[in-house]
Amino acid sequence: MKKVDERKWTKKHLLGIEELSAGEIELILDQSERFQEVLARAIPKVPTLRGKTVVNLFCEPSTRTRASFELAAKRLGADTLNISSSSSSFVKGETLKDTARNLEAMKIDAIVMRHPCSGASYFLSQLVKVSVINAGDGAHEHPTQALLDVLTIRQRLGKIKGVKVSIIGDISHSRVARSGIWALKKLGADVTVCGPKTMMPAAIEKMGVRVTYDIKEAVKGADVLNVLRIQLEREKSMLFPGIREYAQRFGINRQLLEKYAGDKTIILHPGPINRGVELSQDVADGKNSVILEQAKNGVAVRMAVLYLLSNIKS
Amino acid sequence: MKILIKQGRVIDPSQEMDKVTDIFIEGGKISRLGKVAGEKADVTIQAEGRIVTPGLIDMHAHLREPGREDTECIESGLKAAVRGGFTTVCAMPNTEPPCDSQAQARFLLARARAAAMANLLPVGTITRERKGLEISEMGELKDAGCPAVSDDGDGVMNPGLMRRAMEYAAMTDLLVISHCEDKTLANSGVMHEGYFSTVLGLRPIPALAESTMVERDIQLAHLTGARLHIAHISTAESAEKVKQAKEQGIKVTAEVTPHHLVLSDEDLKTYDTNLKVNPPLRSARDVLALKKALKDGTIDAIATDHAPHLASEKEKEFDYAPFGMIGLETALALMIMNLVDEGILSWPELVRKLSANPAAILKCGGGTLKEGAPADITVIDPEKKWIYAREGILSRSSNSPFVGREMKGAVTDVIVGGRAVLKDGAICGRK
Repeated sequence: MKKVDERKWTKKHLLGIEELSAGEIELILDQSERFQEVLARAIPKVPTLRGKTVVNLFCEPSTRTRASFELAAKRLGADTLNISSSSSSFVKGETLKDTARNLEAMKIDAIVMRHPCSGASYFLSQLVKVSVINAGDGAHEHPTQALLDVLTIRQRLGKIKGVKVSIIGDISHSRVARSGIWALKKLGADVTVCGPKTMMPAAIEKMGVRVTYDIKEAVKGADVLNVLRIQLEREKSMLFPGIREYAQRFGINRQLLEKYAGDKTIILHPGPINRGVELSQDVADGKNSVILEQAKNGVAVRMAVLYLLSNIKS
Repeated sequence: MKILIKQGRVIDPSQEMDKVTDIFIEGGKISRLGKVAGEKADVTIQAEGRIVTPGLIDMHAHLREPGREDTECIESGLKAAVRGGFTTVCAMPNTEPPCDSQAQARFLLARARAAAMANLLPVGTITRERKGLEISEMGELKDAGCPAVSDDGDGVMNPGLMRRAMEYAAMTDLLVISHCEDKTLANSGVMHEGYFSTVLGLRPIPALAESTMVERDIQLAHLTGARLHIAHISTAESAEKVKQAKEQGIKVTAEVTPHHLVLSDEDLKTYDTNLKVNPPLRSARDVLALKKALKDGTIDAIATDHAPHLASEKEKEFDYAPFGMIGLETALALMIMNLVDEGILSWPELVRKLSANPAAILKCGGGTLKEGAPADITVIDPEKKWIYAREGILSRSSNSPFVGREMKGAVTDVIVGGRAVLKDGAICGRK
């Protein structure tokens, strides 16, 4: 296993991938592999963060990310505190500023936050003295998701450089897409984004990606398909005519894969899956899918992030 | 009160004047513009090395009274205006309640008289209660002292209604100040649509949300003969349309804010809510086009769109913060540093955009140092450096991205109606 020099990590917060160098990304991935070894043990626990308190402040629903961060902190021996906004005084109109400051007053070491507003994690990092980890802020970034995606790809395909990745879905509203693009580009991958034109954000090609609205083009020659969840609430009816048309034109199914994809093409999805919409049932559960591996890798990646940040003194 | 302003560089675009000379004020009026010898003054302002201009006019400010006096009131707003060198301020009508009746307009004028600082010109609404459904009592508003009407804060979404409103305003000889924003295109966005809105993940407002309504209003102005003024123009596309309209002889004018000339969408990468404004900060390409349009006369005036908000309202997640930044106290310094010092506008050109042009557009008098004119005068030290410190801000609010920054160009003296309201940089006068 690669030797990791954690002194090379100097950032107090993890707010996004945009501000990380390729070296910093690889540092997290290498540290994650060390923690995968810990997680494989009979007692998957180390006392590294004993005495530290990590607060999970989730202002949006989450299964994977939240469970993953909580387990990661516990596997490192830290105490965890879970606050979900829907059952907290947020409901009474308390501001993020007051919430964060009050929690900080109770002596904590890090806040992991998921929030519906882009820029919320950066905002939080200006308000508190503890480390802030972005678990997803609006449509902006979801750094740990991108990191676990890249770890999964690296472990499955042996490398990132030159790998052809297609990200498929509602790119304009996706923090997973944005963080993913940053991580993949920094590590030398070839990235294509595909989705309806109404869901493609302005000037995205300036991020160094190829844009296509044709799913066949996106799948052809791709080593990796990262399929995003499509949400079609009423608000988005201006953007797309419905689930049926979406599944027809952008859904990944076995026929599409057999016709256009390679045998070794892997399928990623950040979850939760809309079965039968962006992924057909048999693809979601099929041999190309690495979705459950992603979930597993997420714990190791989040342990790595918590560990590296904990080394930075205020 | 006899006041003598000695040997300042007098820049008065209304008379194409730019020379070192004296001004003598008596009985509230400019009694002599030229070398003054032997006149005994009660107060002498030594203006050597300083610039003396007609009192500056801000065509667009939100003074928040009535309704949101916690953020600003007429008195504090007019004090902030004076500190910024303005002797006349147009108060926008999106107050609570809005200024849609002669009673409201008269209230504003009475509050301004009581404040005894800068002059206030009330702007009435285009539509009743600013709801965009029926035209307001424009005749009454005009009689009560409004030079213009606007639904600023919002655009008039219904083209049929805007046509009738413009016809009525043309008949009543009121300027129509249009806030051009198609809400369906803006679609609850919070920043300019472009590479940076994509990278920051913030909901985008396309340039077309503004320019499509600019185009519409220009055509309506052409049809109705109304005098149209485009508020806070922010895009290259809008500037191009105004240019073409002027070439066709359509009665349209435009204003731009200092922040749209100095900041761009890239600056939002820190998610600083003081940069959250409507219309949003646009691209570097738009900023360049606006500067060009200002230089070639397409854009006639610079107006602050001073928009106070409480710190508690602004210190929030970007999506939740209200739009707007204050600007009365920093406008002049920012324009000196970013237009004059950069060689984009000469001093006389800058002064024209802040005095003669606004006066002509509003048809309100002022904006001139002609003998016999009311003595509204601003004296500026163009080289003086100062820090825009939070503690010194005269506005009740401090939502500005420039707080703490060093500024160049300070207003030293301001005279309104022959009365000194700012002396050596400090507010004076009856209050």
